[in-house]
Amino acid sequence: MSVLTENTATPAKPLAQRINWVKLAPWLYTIGLFVLWELLVIVLQTPPTILPAPSRVFQAIVQYWSPIWKNSLQTLYTTTVGFAIAVVAGLAIGLFIGWSKAIYAGLYPLMIGFNAIPKVALVPILVIWFGIGAVPAILTAFLISFFPIVVNVATGLATIEPETEDVLRALGAKKLDIMLKVGIPRSMPYFFGSLKVAITLAFVGSVVSETVASNYGLGNMMSSAQSQFNVPLVFAGLLMLAVEGIAMYALMAWIEMRMTGWAHRSSMSQ
Amino acid sequence: MPHLVTIDNVDMRYGGAAGTLAVSGLTMKVGKGEFAAVVGPSGCGKSTLMKLVTGLHIPQSGVVVVAEKQVTKPVSIVGMAFQNPTMLPWRTTLDNILLPLEIVERHRHRLRANKKEYVEKAEHLLETVGLKGFGSKFPWQLSGGMQQRANLCRALIHEPELLMLDEPFGALDAFTREELWCVIRDLHAAQGVTIILVTHDLREATFLADRIFVMSARPGKVLKEHTVPFARPRDLEVMYEKAFNDMVHELHGEIASARVVA
Ligand SMILES: Nc1ncnc2c1ncn2[C@@H]1O[C@H](COP(=O)(O)OP(=O)(O)OP(=O)(O)O)[C@@H](O)[C@H]1O
Ligand SMILES: [Mg+2]
Repeated sequence: MSVLTENTATPAKPLAQRINWVKLAPWLYTIGLFVLWELLVIVLQTPPTILPAPSRVFQAIVQYWSPIWKNSLQTLYTTTVGFAIAVVAGLAIGLFIGWSKAIYAGLYPLMIGFNAIPKVALVPILVIWFGIGAVPAILTAFLISFFPIVVNVATGLATIEPETEDVLRALGAKKLDIMLKVGIPRSMPYFFGSLKVAITLAFVGSVVSETVASNYGLGNMMSSAQSQFNVPLVFAGLLMLAVEGIAMYALMAWIEMRMTGWAHRSSMSQ
Repeated sequence: MPHLVTIDNVDMRYGGAAGTLAVSGLTMKVGKGEFAAVVGPSGCGKSTLMKLVTGLHIPQSGVVVVAEKQVTKPVSIVGMAFQNPTMLPWRTTLDNILLPLEIVERHRHRLRANKKEYVEKAEHLLETVGLKGFGSKFPWQLSGGMQQRANLCRALIHEPELLMLDEPFGALDAFTREELWCVIRDLHAAQGVTIILVTHDLREATFLADRIFVMSARPGKVLKEHTVPFARPRDLEVMYEKAFNDMVHELHGEIASARVVA
């Protein structure tokens, strides 16, 4: 008995067992990717103007830190503003569309059609209306990211169990009651789930717009670096975008978890 | 005995003129305080009957009268419980049970000021169905049987005059079902509420009801009406008596032939 307790009490486990490999995995895989990339460049001896090694890219990040930092903030700014508008508008339009079967049926095809338009094609129009700069970038981020929010909110509203609705209607509930008590809380997991998709799309929108119609932002920085054959700087910009994207995604996932934890534990998880 | 529910020669068709005729020539009367059970083949229009009585559907012809008023819109004196408990997963069990009070006109304006009184009532109901202390749990932390008990509490919280139960015990195991039969039996005895129960379980119908309506295959109408002779209060033991089994047997035969006719 005493031998047993002694055994379990002493943390004499080997190091490999004490490490939480699942938590560590994302970092290990990322490092692995960079190592592989580095090796590939060394083996194939690709010139830095085609594919720079990661070490060369990090060097570029350090060397151009000031413009990279400034442009990263600019892109983060246009993206989050566009995304914020998309959240507000997406929520409002989603609630509107999900309100009644008739509105849903009428507007849904229009929304699909609108979503099928490549948003890049809209940038020139936005430039004609608003000139080059931050506004087209914000609007492109908004246009590209609000669709998934609308669809998810509307779906959450439109898929209320008919039995739940019957129970409430039999008590004399009005449409507004059903929406407030069931529809809106029910669509919240769909809404928060869609934010993760929407934020990554927002980055796509803002960067595309900055690339063709702005003097600021990572998109603009990368396109001018490209015209000067400064390929390591282009990759540095891509890396910064990836970092921003991951950070915002993680933030949205965290918000989702905080706001709608019940949906992950109940059977209603998507 | 005055009638709380009167259904007179009702036709109900789903989906326009060419749609499914669910019930046709349906006539039945349920007295105040009575416990009625409705049995019949699957798809014969039993759930439709529930929706007609509660005013969720309005018949194309014939009239439904509940509490001396013709039903033209949802009547709020009913409580409903379905086979699927439909608890809202973001609300605690207690808040789920209080939900009808936020809807029903008579209560919604009093709820905030008299919250304590209502919560006490809900907790009392929870105790009656054997869920004491589970009010703060979320529905997904309860088993299927426990959710169904909570569902009953939700149907009863606003003290409905009429309780409509559509196969509420269908998904439960035999022992839990019998336990809940006793809960319903005691509620009915204590509160004098009128109950209409739709069920596929003929023993359930015979054990609980005063009267049993047997429906034909679709389009449904009442084929036969039985008065259950067993004295109240009934004990679960009554189910092992010969007269009880004979009655179940007879009902079984009637539904079997109603299915064949279809
Ligand atoms: N919303 C609806 N739209 C169209 N037809 C319907 C609708 N609801 C029910 N029906 C039809 O009406 C008929 C009766 O349906 P109902 O749900 O009342 O049957 P039921 O007796 O409750 O069946 P079960 O015992 O299987 O629950 C069925 O044939 C069904 O197809
Ligand atoms: Mg049914």
